[in-house]
Amino acid sequence: MATLDSKIPAGDIAQKWENYKAHQKLVNPANKRKLDVIVVGSGLAGGAAAASLGELGFNVKCFCYQDSPRRAHSIAAQGGINAAKNYPNDGDSVHRLFYDTVKGGDYRAREANVHRLAEVSNSIIDQCVAQGVPFAREYGGLLDNRSFGGAQVSRTFYAKGQTGQQLLLGAYGALNRQIAKGTVKMFNRNEMMDVVVIDGKARGIITRNLVTGEIESHFGHAVIIATGGYGNVYFLSTNAMGSNVSAAWKTYKKGAFFGNPCYVQIHPTCIPVHGEFQSKLTLMSESLRNDGRVWAPKKKEDAEAIRAGKKRPEDLSDDDRDFYLERRYPAFGNLVPRDVASRAAKERCDAGYGVEAGEAVYLDFKYAIQRLGKDVVEARYGNLFQMYEKITDDNPYQTPMKIYPAIHYTMGGIWVDYDLQTTIPGLFAAGEANFSDHGANRLGASALMQGLADGYFVLPYTVQNYLADELHTPRIDPAKSADFKKAADEVKGNINKLLSIKGKQSVDSFHKRLGKIMWDKVGMGRTKEGLTEAISEIQKLRVEFWKDVRIPGDANEMNVELEKANRVADFIELGELMARDALHREESCGGHFREEFQTEEGEAKRQDDKFLYVGAWEFKGIDQEPVLHKEALEFVYCELKQRNYK
Amino acid sequence: MKGKTLNLKLKVWRQKSATAQGKFETYEVSNISTEGSFLEMMDILNEQIISNGGDPVAFDHDCREGICGMCSLYINGHAHGPDEDITTCQLHMRKFTDGDTITIEPWRSAGFPVVKDLIVDRSAFDKILQAGGFVSVNTGGIPDGNAIPIPKEDADEAMDSASCIGCGACVASCKNGSAMLFVSAKVSQLALLPQGRVEAARRAKSMVAKMDELGFGNCTNTGACEVECPKNISITNIARLNREFLSAKLKD
Ligand SMILES: Cc1cc2nc3c(=O)[nH]c(=O)nc-3n(C[C@H](O)[C@H](O)[C@H](O)COP(=O)(O)OP(=O)(O)OC[C@H]3O[C@@H](n4cnc5c(N)ncnc54)[C@H](O)[C@@H]3O)c2cc1C
Ligand code: SF4
Ligand code: FES
Repeated sequence: MATLDSKIPAGDIAQKWENYKAHQKLVNPANKRKLDVIVVGSGLAGGAAAASLGELGFNVKCFCYQDSPRRAHSIAAQGGINAAKNYPNDGDSVHRLFYDTVKGGDYRAREANVHRLAEVSNSIIDQCVAQGVPFAREYGGLLDNRSFGGAQVSRTFYAKGQTGQQLLLGAYGALNRQIAKGTVKMFNRNEMMDVVVIDGKARGIITRNLVTGEIESHFGHAVIIATGGYGNVYFLSTNAMGSNVSAAWKTYKKGAFFGNPCYVQIHPTCIPVHGEFQSKLTLMSESLRNDGRVWAPKKKEDAEAIRAGKKRPEDLSDDDRDFYLERRYPAFGNLVPRDVASRAAKERCDAGYGVEAGEAVYLDFKYAIQRLGKDVVEARYGNLFQMYEKITDDNPYQTPMKIYPAIHYTMGGIWVDYDLQTTIPGLFAAGEANFSDHGANRLGASALMQGLADGYFVLPYTVQNYLADELHTPRIDPAKSADFKKAADEVKGNINKLLSIKGKQSVDSFHKRLGKIMWDKVGMGRTKEGLTEAISEIQKLRVEFWKDVRIPGDANEMNVELEKANRVADFIELGELMARDALHREESCGGHFREEFQTEEGEAKRQDDKFLYVGAWEFKGIDQEPVLHKEALEFVYCELKQRNYK
Repeated sequence: MKGKTLNLKLKVWRQKSATAQGKFETYEVSNISTEGSFLEMMDILNEQIISNGGDPVAFDHDCREGICGMCSLYINGHAHGPDEDITTCQLHMRKFTDGDTITIEPWRSAGFPVVKDLIVDRSAFDKILQAGGFVSVNTGGIPDGNAIPIPKEDADEAMDSASCIGCGACVASCKNGSAMLFVSAKVSQLALLPQGRVEAARRAKSMVAKMDELGFGNCTNTGACEVECPKNISITNIARLNREFLSAKLKD
């Protein structure tokens, strides 16, 4: 079997990135503007990369499907961003951030990448401060920190409950500056439909203009995919309605390997589902677990009475409340990592202690209000409480919040090497779209860090290293290129095929059915039997979709249903790959929980002798089985241990 | 479970493209749960239209949690609908009563031409920010984040201004179609912080010039923008913008 080359530089872990930068190839300033870079995505990863590459002098084209780059889903991140500054003097360091991230990822991430992430984390904070990001501050004028799950130090920087928004607006400002200078050209309301590979190298993309429906071709000496995560394969998730896998999926079908697709993160604190017509789920930031205590009724009778509306949570005394996280994990308590907290909530609800419709537990601020006063709680979480009240009509200052786990983040993604380059030369992947740094579980406040690390501090180096050898590749005029024409024709053919089905069922109805299969069988608890069923159910769904989907309207106009259909078609294919990956991985690790593999206490049990590798899948054709490639993982600087948060 | 269901009549603006003539169409929806959101009600309407063989209503939305600024909609004469301090996607059906007729229109403003149905083109906002809504620093080579202490009050005030989501409700609800609240929010955020202070006057001047060039109206202090702003951006920001603008003029 082929092995993957992760291209990890030699040397001690703390020297690798320094060595890389010291020896990489560079492009001189005058030559940079002769080189074109395509950046798909304007979130933290794409926005930061496009701006930074533009500043260096490369000729950048950046794409997003929203009406403005400022609306990328990074905007929705609430809680914060990690860095190893150690401002609170509580024992943090680059090594500790590195270690926590590897451990939090349940030893399924590549050490070298994670170490680099920890190394550049501090520069991110400096950069954002310089851009005018209004981080929370102490009275002395210095930056404030809070703690997040999976760490014993306070290393999370935040801007109210809107950290992602502020970081993204910082990157968007940098991007706007380059747009004004002409180094970056921005294409809003444009969706990438395919990647163009010529002589084995990525040379551009095909897009659909979402306003006119026009299919357009763009050349680039290098292409960066920064299109976010694929959580919407579950239909209901905390992602934006338009978040999709399509750009990444198209690269997979053109030869980029897809890494660890089954690793998804289920966030423990989301607002529970309220009805059949529900369109998305809303996250309540993890930061709430700093001061909120999670509990379920201790007695089944109480849970039943609350479900029947005969009792209210406030009626239960402390003795009748089961603070199950504090009970099971005294060392970390309410701040255990997300996968652990999510499974613990499911365990309580499956055992009959859930409230609402049986799938909810409480997150209670009564104790924090007693301890700190309402004003302090309001200053910390006011906007989150307001958001909660608008959705549920309950006031969390008076009655505990109801929460339940929901799909939130995808650790899997396009496989990349140390350079963030995929298995297609010239094609890079960054941010949530790649598989790289979080292993089988991501710690809170680490996705923003990774997105900005990739965009500001990694890609500007590694892409340049690649481009140095492309200086003599002349620009390709897509209008004169048979390869571009072929790719564009394929895209048009696919769209016409979808429109000509003229079936009876709406796109959303298929998406909801896919989501249900995924949540029930490829969700929080997975079994061999369930996964096998999921694969065949998804295959049937795919056939039915291509026979019976109804898409009104035409190709050459704004057509929202067509946009959704393109995305759902890819989600269906992805769903099958996720189930396959989950089926093959006969162990539990991080967010991937195979019920057959657990300890007596119900914790995830890894099988390091068999699965200490990244599973990278190669596409072989739509009705063919994909081929699994394995990148062996080595843990030299972090000792391989069973995770323990007790 | 709490909640009731509603039967509603919807008067929705339909317009096939930017150049086409638009008009209101009337639809009826039934059994809408008061626990659902307004956009979920729109989803139900669209499913109904699709199953009847029609063309669904196009409207902008993405995050559906009040932060991306993508959703818009003028609902019963109010930008983002009848509830306060929220965006359309956060509006819930419990704010309506059984039997209501709801009128749904796009933002209507010279600066925001209609693209299709309820979707408008807000790219003018991007252009205004490109004219100077940033701090001119490159990536890298930056001093430590704690090198310059910033009074907490200033940081908090900057944060309040920075909460603008760029939705355009202020423009849509202003009788002059002015973008002053939007522009002033960015100018204030950056002027309040030492990092942005350096370019404050120049920034104010070029952003205002761009706003004028793009056809937004003048501010006559009616305050309608502040009332409809889902993020509580205060018109005191406009006063700060005016000060910055004047000081830039004086330097000329
Ligand atoms: C509700 C919520 C809260 C979160 N809170 C935190 C937090 O507190 N801390 C933390 O660290 N992380 C948090 N995360 C995770 C984090 O926000 C994301 O992982 C991260 O922002 C992803 O950034 P990105 O740049 O990779 O992608 P995104 O920000 O999703 O950007 C994707 C970009 O790609 C574009 N795009 C997508 N598909 C296409 C296509 N086919 N063609 C063209 N363009 C396309 C989009 O238009 C967009 O510009 C949170 C996530 C959610 C959903
Ligand atoms: S100032 Fe308020 S209304 Fe105007 S764009 Fe910003 S958030 Fe929207
Ligand atoms: S859809 Fe994002 S703010 Fe309403």
